[in-house]
Amino acid sequence: MKKLVTPITDEDILGVQIGDVIELYGVGITSRDMAHKYIVERLMESQNLSSEDLSIYHQLKEILNGGFIYHSGPIVRREDDRWRFISSGPTTSIRTELYQHRVIKHFNVKVVIGKGGMGELTLKACQDNKAIYLHGIGGAGVLNAEKVVEILDVFKLKEFGTPEAIWKIKVEGFTGIVTMDAHGRSLHKEQLQKVKSKFKEIIVGGM
Amino acid sequence: MDLETGIFELYRKVATSLPPDVEEALRGALKRERGRARYFLEVILENIRIARAKTLPLCQDTGIPIFFVEAPPGISEQRIREAITRATRRATQEIPLRPNAVEPVTNTNSDDNTGREFPIIYFRSSQKNNLRIDLLLKGGGSENVSQIYKLPEESLGAGRDLDGVRRCVLDAINRAQGRGCPPYVVGVAVGGSVDQVSLLGKRLLLRRLDEETEAGLSEFETRLLRDINSLGIGPFGLGGKTTALAAHFDYAHRHPATYIVAVTISCWAHRRGRLIWR
Repeated sequence: MKKLVTPITDEDILGVQIGDVIELYGVGITSRDMAHKYIVERLMESQNLSSEDLSIYHQLKEILNGGFIYHSGPIVRREDDRWRFISSGPTTSIRTELYQHRVIKHFNVKVVIGKGGMGELTLKACQDNKAIYLHGIGGAGVLNAEKVVEILDVFKLKEFGTPEAIWKIKVEGFTGIVTMDAHGRSLHKEQLQKVKSKFKEIIVGGM
Repeated sequence: MDLETGIFELYRKVATSLPPDVEEALRGALKRERGRARYFLEVILENIRIARAKTLPLCQDTGIPIFFVEAPPGISEQRIREAITRATRRATQEIPLRPNAVEPVTNTNSDDNTGREFPIIYFRSSQKNNLRIDLLLKGGGSENVSQIYKLPEESLGAGRDLDGVRRCVLDAINRAQGRGCPPYVVGVAVGGSVDQVSLLGKRLLLRRLDEETEAGLSEFETRLLRDINSLGIGPFGLGGKTTALAAHFDYAHRHPATYIVAVTISCWAHRRGRLIWR
């Protein structure tokens, strides 16, 4: 078990590789389908940002520099004027493939957490910008929520709704397995090759 | 207890625990697996235990609620629909469920899990004395990897027979890889129209995993499960012997020109439950 604490450095990232189990500590955000589209198409590309957009942009700059993005749409509860995550496992990451590599580069994101793995664009961004993809345990919502010790803020809650809002969170001991590293290796790619040959063999096997 | 409360309690049970046969199948898988696959299954089982003990939703994606209602004569469909709507709002607040109903034109979340045709409700009349309500909480990740095929399918060498169906199933699972949270539960249905086989495939997900199927079909189901697991996709697609916990098969009569196959996939968090209302 290796430990990563935000702000995470290039050296930290180069010290881990696929197959490593990681315990993550520190601050980052949740961001999934709508939020990735918003971050790239609005915050990064638009010339006319509202004051709200500008404020979010500058805060994300600070949070994500050496921080993490968690692909998750949590169940939340409001208790005594504070938000709490009730259940929050990872969601399928590949849906953000078109955006993720640009977000990693622009904000110096060090860890992307999700499930199911990502494609070539993200793998290359991990290599070029010294980042990793951390595979969480899909569906293990309660266990994952227990590692989210504090909700520090939330952006775009009203517009995007609970699952798609950008939640600024602090995690302690969030656990996952590195499946894409900064050395250009992807466990998903290697696994896919194995399944591919098996698939060909079984499908022509006949009844 | 009124019907609304009954449905609310059904929601609570289904969102926070797994049926015993599903948990048993996961324990069985744990015995077979080693290394990474075993670690994943241990975490899954621990999560199931804590969710049940704390009565919290075991997965944050509490899904699309899909109701299958079988009502005796004389019970008003409208009354049941209203009870489901009220119970859904209450469950979203109190359990809580994740608000998952998104209006697709403006992409606005209704915030209470109700909306146009949401939850999904299927009605059937029944000759029994009791009202029976089955609930599936069907996650979005596994819904995205379900597939429809129209045989013959040249690219798979799949003709209009059970071997063709088998090839479709393997293709669907191969395309899904780990994206829908395996180990999966798979419902395979053949028939003559897209809506018919989609619904038939969904209904198969209501079966107990260890349920005896009709004579003549169980061998095919066993073969499907064996082939799926031979792919080696494993828990979360990172390798292992257990890619699916069960494969169910059913058919409807088809049209001479059509041979349509639905491969309906559920994640390991296979949440289903039944309310019998006397």
